[in-house]
Amino acid sequence: MEILTDSASNWILSVGVFLPLLGVLAMMFVPKTDEVLIKGIGIATAGATLAVGIVTLILFDYDKSGELQFFVDAEWIEVINSRYVVGLDGISVGLYILSMAVTFLTMVYSWNNMPAAGNPKAFFSLMLILQTGMAGTFVAQDLILFFVFFEVVLLPMYFMIGVWGGEDRKYASLKFFLFTMFGSAFMLVAFLALYFQTGAESFGFAHLIEMGQSIDHDVQVWIFAGMFLGFAIKVPMFPFHTWLPDAHTQAPTEGSVILAAILLKLGTYGFVRIALPMLPEGAVEWAPVIGILAVIGIIYGALGCLAQTDMKRLIAFSSVAHMGFVMLGISTLTPLGINAAIFGMVAHGLITGMLFFLAGSIKHRYHTLEIKRLSGMLLQMPRLGWILGFCAMASLGLPGLAGFWGEFPAILSAYSPNFGLSEELFRTLMVVAAIGTVLAAGYLLWLYQRTAFGEVSEEFSGPTPHPVGAGVNDDPHHDHQADIHDVTPIEWIAWTPFLITIVVLGVYPQLLFGVMDQPVIDLVDRLGVALG
Amino acid sequence: MLASLLAQADWVAPTIDWHALAPELVLVVGINVILGVDLLIDESKKWAIATMTGFVMLGALVPVVTLAVVGDDSRSMFGGRYVVDEYALILKALFLLTAYIIILMSQTELEEGGYYQGEFYVLMVASVLGMVMMSSARDLVSIFVALELLSIPAYMLAAWNKRDVKSNEAGVKYYLLGVFASAILLYGMSLLFGTANSTLLTDIGASLVDGELVGLQVVGVVFVICGFAFKISAVPFHSWAPDTYEGAPTPVTAFLSVASKAAGFVALATIIFVAFPGASDVYEPLVWVLAALTMTIGNVLALRQTNIVRLLAYSSISQSGFILMPLAFAGNERAAGSALNAVVVYLLIYALTNLGAFATVIAVSRKTRSGEISSLGGLFGYAPGLAVAMTIFFASLAGVPPLGGWFAKFNSFRAVLDAETTAAYVLATIAAVNTVIAAGYYMRVLRVIWVEEAPDGDVSPVRIPTPIVTALGITAVGTIVLGVLPGLVARFGDLQDLTGAFAP
Repeated sequence: MEILTDSASNWILSVGVFLPLLGVLAMMFVPKTDEVLIKGIGIATAGATLAVGIVTLILFDYDKSGELQFFVDAEWIEVINSRYVVGLDGISVGLYILSMAVTFLTMVYSWNNMPAAGNPKAFFSLMLILQTGMAGTFVAQDLILFFVFFEVVLLPMYFMIGVWGGEDRKYASLKFFLFTMFGSAFMLVAFLALYFQTGAESFGFAHLIEMGQSIDHDVQVWIFAGMFLGFAIKVPMFPFHTWLPDAHTQAPTEGSVILAAILLKLGTYGFVRIALPMLPEGAVEWAPVIGILAVIGIIYGALGCLAQTDMKRLIAFSSVAHMGFVMLGISTLTPLGINAAIFGMVAHGLITGMLFFLAGSIKHRYHTLEIKRLSGMLLQMPRLGWILGFCAMASLGLPGLAGFWGEFPAILSAYSPNFGLSEELFRTLMVVAAIGTVLAAGYLLWLYQRTAFGEVSEEFSGPTPHPVGAGVNDDPHHDHQADIHDVTPIEWIAWTPFLITIVVLGVYPQLLFGVMDQPVIDLVDRLGVALG
Repeated sequence: MLASLLAQADWVAPTIDWHALAPELVLVVGINVILGVDLLIDESKKWAIATMTGFVMLGALVPVVTLAVVGDDSRSMFGGRYVVDEYALILKALFLLTAYIIILMSQTELEEGGYYQGEFYVLMVASVLGMVMMSSARDLVSIFVALELLSIPAYMLAAWNKRDVKSNEAGVKYYLLGVFASAILLYGMSLLFGTANSTLLTDIGASLVDGELVGLQVVGVVFVICGFAFKISAVPFHSWAPDTYEGAPTPVTAFLSVASKAAGFVALATIIFVAFPGASDVYEPLVWVLAALTMTIGNVLALRQTNIVRLLAYSSISQSGFILMPLAFAGNERAAGSALNAVVVYLLIYALTNLGAFATVIAVSRKTRSGEISSLGGLFGYAPGLAVAMTIFFASLAGVPPLGGWFAKFNSFRAVLDAETTAAYVLATIAAVNTVIAAGYYMRVLRVIWVEEAPDGDVSPVRIPTPIVTALGITAVGTIVLGVLPGLVARFGDLQDLTGAFAP
């Protein structure tokens, strides 16, 4: 009986990862014009995937969150000693579920908010392929498998930005692609170097973690550099962040949400899962660099936000700042810092994802995101205005909401970094990062003040709406007033889970900390052993 | 009389392993049958020749398969000059399958263009025969004969559109530079023969010893490698490729850039592993430089192309650099095994992907009647299936997982890094940068397909002939399957499969 349950739950990860592809397959047989059926299949597939994810969550043994569960080790590419190894532990479980939930909710949101280029068949297919890549990255326990999944997301996102994006989409999509490709090329070389330095026996994480620590100090530093390039570009860390504002601004709402909520986490996750445990000495050498760049990112991102005139671009820059906090947490190499980092990843995914949803909806209503043209949202659309306020508060790290638990412990952890890292340096970083939170409050509140408070601007406050059905909607230059309405039911469905989770995680962070604490402590312990 | 002469010369008829020679024999018979049928058949029924040629290719594939199933040890003939081992078999299969796909791609093109169909296919089979022989040739003379047998028909095929100036230019350029390269190669071979007193690769291998090489041997090695560098369009011997590729009929271009190039690599790999293991001091730096130059210059020039076929020409040059890269460490005792494996696996995956890319270009240009990249605009709108296929092939060429190309590139990197020398890390870094540059132009093409509008506003759907659909199907499925399950081909090209190879 026990074996039966075991074997039943072992393939659950594979189902969760590859189920979306079945949906893509099914969609291929539906004519392009049957949009309702296509959207239905897409949402049903994503929903089924999420259901599998929730079952995984239920079957997950929370007392053993430090161990890999639902572990599968099957033959894949024997010649290069790479195997299909998947497993889930406390570090990845949150992100794994988040990726499924975000994809599902984004698809629900797309039900009647398709970007202008249309063609839901291609759009939904790409989102499902993205989902496979994201979920796969979080469960992969083999370096080559990880690399493949890590790269699978590249093309769908490229097309999402390139086809359904804004005016400058060509430039933005190519920039996104080339930056990421650049990073991954070096990452791959680093992976291979790691493989050969550990005796060319296996690409499995467990093996590499065990053997990686015995690599020469200098070699570790070099291999870490290669991985750093790959992951830091994905995060993105200053100074590799320049693709992000462009990609975010140009991407369709759905693309921005997935990009912010999940894709950026692939980079930070890579640091925690691969770079740190496999190359302990490299990590200690690089930690100050990561810390400094992270804090520069925090300040730079915040200042960048203050200078923005476009709401979406502002949110994009705030991502740079927030990912800075995550990286600062990681760079301290303390259990607290890494815990905060992982919490921050999930929290940022929820909050910034939500902010991008809002930006998309505002754009949909006002046909502009220029901050100075927007005002009085609270008067015109009180519910949307309040949700924006709520998310801005969550984003600036208000205690009681999820954002706080990513930022505050990260800053705190910098007070006493681990493994002999310079206390002076990290305490300085701590102070600067703390200033960053003030700036964050500044730009977010200022944004909120400018867009939500005040009177409704002249431009959008025209006379009462046109009579319905008078054909005004067909005219692209018609009065904006007709589009301005409060939150729609579809939006409520897509957003409520985000909002609830932000509150729940804010009030009861133990929910997530409890799951990941054990594996993080194990990770840091192993680092300690390796560093003697 | 003859008998007494033979007795005097003390000549013994070699034992011939008919089973081992069966693929070649099928092709030889095929050439004659096609030629005969072409003479007798009515003009309106010439289409049947393409089908027949296809069957000849598949027919030749049968003994290859049976040999692979039966053969546990390699079959050596003519005193080791002609060897059928696993290495030869997988490459024969590659050439025959490639030829089959190219026939599918040429069929409608030739029928509609009113070309000389019979002659076209006869020449193509002759060229394929040369390639099939090349994979077994283990002797300077048989390598040279195979090389000429595969090249000379190809010169004519390149000039097939004889009323088109560009096609004539393509043929002449290819011919002149090809002959020049053959001369260099032959000169190098004669020097090697002079010092080793044998044309057998294994004998030459025994005569070359690192550190004790004499000047003549060094020159011989360098000339032989440069001769093949032309065939594989390695920089700086690449200048014929873009013009020839652009001018030749597109199926012929596919043939040149896949099959003919693969044959060059096969010969190069055989010679390096069997004859030159003792000359690694000479060829390793040479190949290192060739590989670095080839990938970099091919890529940089590809960035500037506006014609899709020229773009594919330069891309295929830069891909050559990636295939060449592991050979720069073939003498390294750690990397030797993975180097041969990397070359063979790369050739297999690259063949599928690049053929697919050309098949999409042929399919699209049937409608657009243009080779400009900008003419591909709007493809995603009016021919989404074709757009997706093109995306698969170009992304695979760029090396994006989970499409075949990633494993080919990965394997190449692996072979190089296996050497664990500074030179290896430097070359791997150059290759990594090149991967990004290459992604730049591949993605630009995809962007045009997906994002831009149709330039002439013509969005009528494309009608793709069945043979091309078949070719697209085979290559697309192959590219995806090999990307997800690279283990299917990853074991080919093992060092032990190549009889007489240098074993560290």
